[in-house]
Amino acid sequence: MNIIVVGCGNVGKKIVEMLCLEKEHNVTVVDTRSVAINAIVNQHDVMGVIGSGTSVDALTDAGVKNADILIAVTTSDEINLLTCLVARKIGKCQTIARVRNPEYNKEVSLFTKDFGLSMIINPERAAAAVIARNLRFPAAISIDTFSKGRAEILKFRIPDNSTLDNSRVADIVGKLNCDVLVCGVERNDETIIPHGDFVLKSGDYISVLMSLKTETKFFKKAGIKSGKVSDTMIIGGGETAVYLASLLQQSGINVKILEKDSNRCDELCNLLPKATIINADGTDNKQLLEEGLANASSFVSLTNIDEENILLSMFAKTITNGKLITKINRIAYDDVINGLDLGTTICPKNITAEYIVQFVRAKKNSMGSNIETMHRILNGKAEALEFRIRENSPIANIPLQNLSINKNAIIACINRNGNIIIPRGNDVMMPNDTVIVVTTALGHKDISEILKRGKFE
Amino acid sequence: MNYKIILHTLGLALIIESAGMLLPVICAICYGDMQDLLIYSLCALLCLAVGATLTIIKPKNKTMYSREGFVIAALTWIVISLFGAIPFWISGYIPSYIDALFETVSGFTTTGASILPDVGALSNAHLLWRSFTHWIGGMGVLVFIMAVIPHDNGSTMYVLRAESPGPSVGKLVPKLKSSAKILYLIYVGLTLIQVIFMLFGKASLFEALTLTFGTAGTGGFALTNASIADYSPYIQKVITVFMILFGIDFSLYYLILTRKISSFFKSEEVRVYILIILISALVISLNTNYLYPNFNTSLRHGFFQVASIITTTGYTTTDFDIWPALSKTILVILMFVGACAGSTGGGIKVSRILILFKSIRREIKLAAHPKATHKITMNAKSVDEGTVRSVCVYFGVFMALFALSVLIISFDNFDPTTNFTAVAATVNNVGPGLSLVGPTRNYAEFSNLSKIVLSLDMLIGRLEIFPILMLFSPRTWRK
Repeated sequence: MNIIVVGCGNVGKKIVEMLCLEKEHNVTVVDTRSVAINAIVNQHDVMGVIGSGTSVDALTDAGVKNADILIAVTTSDEINLLTCLVARKIGKCQTIARVRNPEYNKEVSLFTKDFGLSMIINPERAAAAVIARNLRFPAAISIDTFSKGRAEILKFRIPDNSTLDNSRVADIVGKLNCDVLVCGVERNDETIIPHGDFVLKSGDYISVLMSLKTETKFFKKAGIKSGKVSDTMIIGGGETAVYLASLLQQSGINVKILEKDSNRCDELCNLLPKATIINADGTDNKQLLEEGLANASSFVSLTNIDEENILLSMFAKTITNGKLITKINRIAYDDVINGLDLGTTICPKNITAEYIVQFVRAKKNSMGSNIETMHRILNGKAEALEFRIRENSPIANIPLQNLSINKNAIIACINRNGNIIIPRGNDVMMPNDTVIVVTTALGHKDISEILKRGKFE
Repeated sequence: MNYKIILHTLGLALIIESAGMLLPVICAICYGDMQDLLIYSLCALLCLAVGATLTIIKPKNKTMYSREGFVIAALTWIVISLFGAIPFWISGYIPSYIDALFETVSGFTTTGASILPDVGALSNAHLLWRSFTHWIGGMGVLVFIMAVIPHDNGSTMYVLRAESPGPSVGKLVPKLKSSAKILYLIYVGLTLIQVIFMLFGKASLFEALTLTFGTAGTGGFALTNASIADYSPYIQKVITVFMILFGIDFSLYYLILTRKISSFFKSEEVRVYILIILISALVISLNTNYLYPNFNTSLRHGFFQVASIITTTGYTTTDFDIWPALSKTILVILMFVGACAGSTGGGIKVSRILILFKSIRREIKLAAHPKATHKITMNAKSVDEGTVRSVCVYFGVFMALFALSVLIISFDNFDPTTNFTAVAATVNNVGPGLSLVGPTRNYAEFSNLSKIVLSLDMLIGRLEIFPILMLFSPRTWRK
């Protein structure tokens, strides 16, 4: 597909990086800063156009007339919206805009219906949604949903003394009497797609696919503490905090926000009448203790400074046993941060990029591919893809044990009319099922690509 | 420095070269020349063997930075020249390997300077190989590799930039591979059209192919010492037109193909290029009128020679060494101007000259108004300050190397005109110079040292200086 990305900031870069991995897109980037364009053109196989997204000339140069999708992710909402409007007028592409000002978010339907935008994404709100999901299920480090929310891949760390320690992957189902599937293991720097004989160890980060119904049972039997958090302490009262607080309040979680700017505190009081707003510096550890950090069942650091967030979470870890969530803007050091074992880290820019790439995939869907959902899991080293099986698919109606599947891939789940089946050797994939595949070979477009070559010619 | 990826790419280039050698093999079969058949088959096998061995090296780490890109470009050109010279050498036509290397470098860099006293003595297979090196060298070996061989890292842009001529190299379409393919398709298309025109002029297929290769790459190797002088005026005119066409930025042809014809004519560079050709050709035709029977003839020679020199082809229809000083001087100046950026031609490039003049104008303005802000523009778009700076530096380095080369070859004790134009004709990839290296003469009399210096000059000119200079910089090899 022909895709134009306007704005080469962090989000733009991440989107380009993810799109380039799929190899089949023709990506053109537009930015006013020639330095940014040069850097991205040197790193990825894309064309750069120097100019403003709102200028007809620059967009024409970028080939908007033949573009399928335009993604506007500059730092300015107004430029993003105007870029999309201009692109809609001179081309026939679908448009996606990043809009972060909450005032505009009320007009989403105006933008999508009357202005013809296909998607509006608000990074803060998207991040808040992910954080809220994690707080509802605190045992998991990350949660990715599939099959319209019926199945989830949960990533968590195997604690010491867990039943999972030293057990073979094939034995888990029998041991715990839960229908789940381990689809990825991260041990040290390795990312493994485990097969039956693989032995899990405590300290491994494992990604497990399960249906919503089995989740509670599984964690209980595996000896992992779970259960909804009852309250949360948020440091930093930015936009993300507002979205998060209102989401959490909807599900009955008490929210306490520490914000050092008193004017902002007044605003927060108006926006979130039910929340406890504390006008205090969240980085002051005495304040945190005074506000009951020791008893908090969850702690979210959302200040604008990465270093502060990391330090806060490290401090909180020594005080409380609650769930910790850390917001990180700079993604380059994620390996180091993961080594700190801070629980869940959230990167709003990554989330935004992932949402957009998912949209692109869905759009490609209508153009011949059959991917329903896609998530990057295992720190981006693997993809979990949900494919729909077509009528004439070569792999339909064959028991899985008779398919020779690549070592780096695993069929994790079959969704048949809403029933989640964790597949075993004699299960078959039938047309119209959706199937979740986990693979470390990135960029698959069709489910048949997970087969060993030459077996189906 | 990622040595593995460099060696791997060198291997690919050698495989391409061995494929290219199949052309003289076919030619030898057609003409029933067993010796040539043997020589070129063996050389092709040698290239294939070495190339295949090198490509076995699979780089684990595929990241390529600017420095790898430059080194790959420089080494590829040196290696393919070293191998490409072997057929001339072992066949005995060119007994000295240095001479054979000079001839091959001159071929790949599309210079067309020869050390052969009698070109006609070469067998057809050798003549075809010589001309083919022009063709592949014109658009570039690495661009060809990118067009045909799948690669999965985006950073090969550095390689394209190192090999392609011009102050700022961009892509035609988002994908590098598609861009390289489009470039080669346009190149092949134009080449075919010229071959057809040549065949209409009653040229034999062999003549049509070899001369077209020489024109397309703006090279200049012909089939006899007389170059194009013995061919009909029709063929001379066809070659004139196509030399000019191959000297134009290829991305503009893509604009025409995508029906953006107006932007073709809006290109400042092309306009200036055409203008320079028209004015120079007219002045020369008037200036040399007394030498020829009628104005038509002098116009034909004038246009041919101007087109041949500005595009740095180096074909000749007449001995311009006997022309009056004004005409000769114009030709020497045109050598330096060169063709458009993004074409197969050499020289400094019209766009660089334009930027140079515009920055001179800016400096003058700044002298009068020290606080004035002034953006240099091309095609109504402002030029990046970095590009302006690199153009000025390029010009400076170019002149420094030029002076150094003239100095070194002066040890051979030829007259200054010979030394000056020999370096000008090689570093700008033209071919013939004046005096002892004039159109009817050749480079055979130079010492081996001078031949090596001139070969390096040709490579420096084709790769636009920095890739070759980087090879000699310790900074490049430092960890």
